[in-house]
Amino acid sequence: MKKKRVSFSKLYLVIVMLITYLPIAMVVVFSFNDSKLPVAWKGFTWKWYQELFHDAAMIEALKNSLILGFISCAMAAVIGTLGAIGMARVNYKSKGMIEYLSSIPIMVPEIILGMVFMAFFSLLNLPFGMVTLVIAHTAFSIPYVFMMVKARLVGIDKSLEEAARDLGASPSRIFWDITLPLILPAVASGCLLAFAMSFDDVVISIFVNGPRMSTLPIKVYTQMKTGVTPEINALCTIILIVVVLVLLVSSFFRRGKKEYK
Amino acid sequence: MKNKKNLWGLCVMPLYFFTLLFILGPMIYMVAVSFAKNNGGAYGFTWNFTLNNYTKIGDPIYLQCFIQSFKLAFATTILVVLIGYPFGYFMAKLSPKGKKIMMFLIMVPFWTSSLIRLYGWIIILQVKGVLNTALKAIGLIDKPLKILYSYPAVLIGMIYALLPFMILAVYSSVEKMDWSLVEASRDLGASPAAAFVTVTLKLTLPGLLTGVILTFVPSMGLFFIADILGGNKIVLVGSLIQDQLTRGSNWPFAAALAVILTILTSLMIYLYRRITHVKDLEGIF
Amino acid sequence: MMEQKKPVVLELKNITKNFGDTEVLRGIDLTVHEGQFVTLLGSSGCGKTTTLRIIAGLEYPNDGEVLLEGKPVKNLAPEKRNVNTVFQNYALFPHMNVYNNIAYGLKLKKVSKSETKERVTKMLSLVQLDGFEKRMPSEMSGGQRQRVAIARALINNPKVLLLDEPLGALDLQLRRQMQYELKKLQKKLGITFIYITHDQEEAINMSDVIVVMRDGKFEQAGSPTEIYDHPKTSYVASFVGSANILRGTVTSIKEDTAILSGSCGTMACKTEQYEIKEGSSYTLAVRSESISVWREAKAEQYITGTITEKSFVGGMLRIVVTLEDRSEVVITRQGINFFYDIGEKVCLEWAAQDAVFVDMEGKQDEK
Repeated sequence: MKKKRVSFSKLYLVIVMLITYLPIAMVVVFSFNDSKLPVAWKGFTWKWYQELFHDAAMIEALKNSLILGFISCAMAAVIGTLGAIGMARVNYKSKGMIEYLSSIPIMVPEIILGMVFMAFFSLLNLPFGMVTLVIAHTAFSIPYVFMMVKARLVGIDKSLEEAARDLGASPSRIFWDITLPLILPAVASGCLLAFAMSFDDVVISIFVNGPRMSTLPIKVYTQMKTGVTPEINALCTIILIVVVLVLLVSSFFRRGKKEYK
Repeated sequence: MKNKKNLWGLCVMPLYFFTLLFILGPMIYMVAVSFAKNNGGAYGFTWNFTLNNYTKIGDPIYLQCFIQSFKLAFATTILVVLIGYPFGYFMAKLSPKGKKIMMFLIMVPFWTSSLIRLYGWIIILQVKGVLNTALKAIGLIDKPLKILYSYPAVLIGMIYALLPFMILAVYSSVEKMDWSLVEASRDLGASPAAAFVTVTLKLTLPGLLTGVILTFVPSMGLFFIADILGGNKIVLVGSLIQDQLTRGSNWPFAAALAVILTILTSLMIYLYRRITHVKDLEGIF
Repeated sequence: MMEQKKPVVLELKNITKNFGDTEVLRGIDLTVHEGQFVTLLGSSGCGKTTTLRIIAGLEYPNDGEVLLEGKPVKNLAPEKRNVNTVFQNYALFPHMNVYNNIAYGLKLKKVSKSETKERVTKMLSLVQLDGFEKRMPSEMSGGQRQRVAIARALINNPKVLLLDEPLGALDLQLRRQMQYELKKLQKKLGITFIYITHDQEEAINMSDVIVVMRDGKFEQAGSPTEIYDHPKTSYVASFVGSANILRGTVTSIKEDTAILSGSCGTMACKTEQYEIKEGSSYTLAVRSESISVWREAKAEQYITGTITEKSFVGGMLRIVVTLEDRSEVVITRQGINFFYDIGEKVCLEWAAQDAVFVDMEGKQDEK
């Protein structure tokens, strides 16, 4: 009886995962297909990979996406982390309101965020392009970092800071020696999440990217509306390989470093 | 003492500044614009107070669009809960190694472009696509199914895009749960089902709430999925807003649509919280 | 007590502390000499942890003064006091290995690398954790973490080491062993320990001075023998010695023995330093192991009651006798044999020197 239930749960996990990976497998398979249309298998080719490396526009879009992801992620990390640390210690009346407002970007549909940013940036006369993209992406990245760090801060045993004080640490030393190392994993996972969201965002970007700036998702989106080239399959396959490698390497390093609560 | 306070105050300054300028500012501006008068033409509106933008939403065409959006969001959320909750639950019961592998498998698609994964679905679902070829080959169908550019295709796309959030939220909340509580309720005479409803479900509700919000809210705005997988047959509020902004150039009307959509989604979240008595977003955060 | 008192390291003068409306400490005075092992003993919520935190500087008193080696430190930050704490849950830094945890205090003092290494190694061997430098706290047992916490606090050579129920989380066997080791360590180093516990056994085994606390006040301070044999109040008598508290009126005094009559019989008690008046009522404490039980009275003074409960607790047989006025007297015996059954009527007796008068404060001046 018990055995049966266990195998059912495993079967369920496997089936859902198979369905999840099916479309990805399709993309990978058709990136090697010697045909412009993703319909039938016409033989193996590296052609689309070669074309991809010569497609300046595509590489430009990839570069833009990476730059955008890194900058907005870094800004969100600084603003969100400092904010969470400060908020835990100040007693402003406006604290609750600001916390609520800062979480709006993940509480309202993205499209609304996109449109209000578009309207507001044109009101401010900001030049649409990387600047507006960075501001918008930072805005929806902050809550991820903020909430992760806030949750971690709540979880830190207060006596750790007291112990450090007791051993002679000044408040600033306590921050650098104790608090910061303990929240760093939370900052990192907040950043990772934020970067993933930024790297994949279409809806908000499409409103604030301006006429000439294109990110990878926007490029893919326009192609999907007009006609997809298998280059995109190739690009996706490469990203997939990079992601798998990065995740594998990071999990390998984490195994080397002992985990702590 | 005073200096220390100032230091922490300084820490929150960037957050205050950014939030007030780039969140509160745009929001207020949106509300203001929604009461402005549209002049037609490119981005033209004047600051004459009017409620016309709101009364226009009552128009059956637009109303229909709202209803359709909500229906889709509801259907998506319910299906995502039904698929994602058991997944997160089963996953949390795996061995540590199994959990690690599963987490890895979930993170990989999360990091690849959701658009391209949608494209994978197009490859599968199109008339001459993989699914139809396969079904034909085993003789289940004679004529190819026209799934692509239909409501089911949009639903598949939505579920596919949002499922990972639900899984992660449920998983972390089930993982944190104290299993001895379930054992205690079994010990006190609860059937497995009763123990699940009275203990497990209750305790993992915060995670479920996070998952629901992370599913419901985006599903109101993911117009591009309906665009790509639904052709032009399904017009959601998201697409409508985008249309009004870009092609229609009617900013006040788009703003009014956005205000209503914001109010409606906030209301849903509020109601859900009232019903489940969950205060804070919990789970993956 | 007979030995020459060493210089005073720590003095608390009339300390009061409120948290909001609740008074946690109501006027505490304490003098601690160098090298003493002082235990603050009391049940939870009596203010002992707050007292410790005030000494450490983690809490500031509302009123009163803290003197460390004669210098007032009431408003001095904890990092500026030569006092270190072993926290209740150890509070080891989870992201640092054992070496870095212990070396943290030296790192802050900018002690050279080579000296740090030498001192940490010495400290580790002192707490018998040689070779554990690279371990993370999460990879250690409770007892080992405890030792690291002690080593970390000792490395700064504090004048006073504060220990907040350091053995509370350990199992009984380990606790007994650690009691012994801690005491040995303290004697070897000659550092003043201020130790918090709610376990009277721990307090009696380890301390030079026990301070019994109750509701934010000191009930009694003294050596373990004093506290055990001459409790001043009924609270101390019952908390430390698990003594029975009985009341009676003095009917006669013969030399140094007072005879009291209570509602269930007559009782004898040495007057000791107190001036006892005939006709007045007093409270006395009799320890459970000093009471003998007979079917028929052997001595002149005895009280009567009925056996209502017998149980075996912690290697001792515990017998409860209910007196006619419904109050209960607890008697303990070594071993498991006891010849009387539940329901039997018995006489309870004790020698006059086994009983002490308590709660005498305010009743009269000591002789």
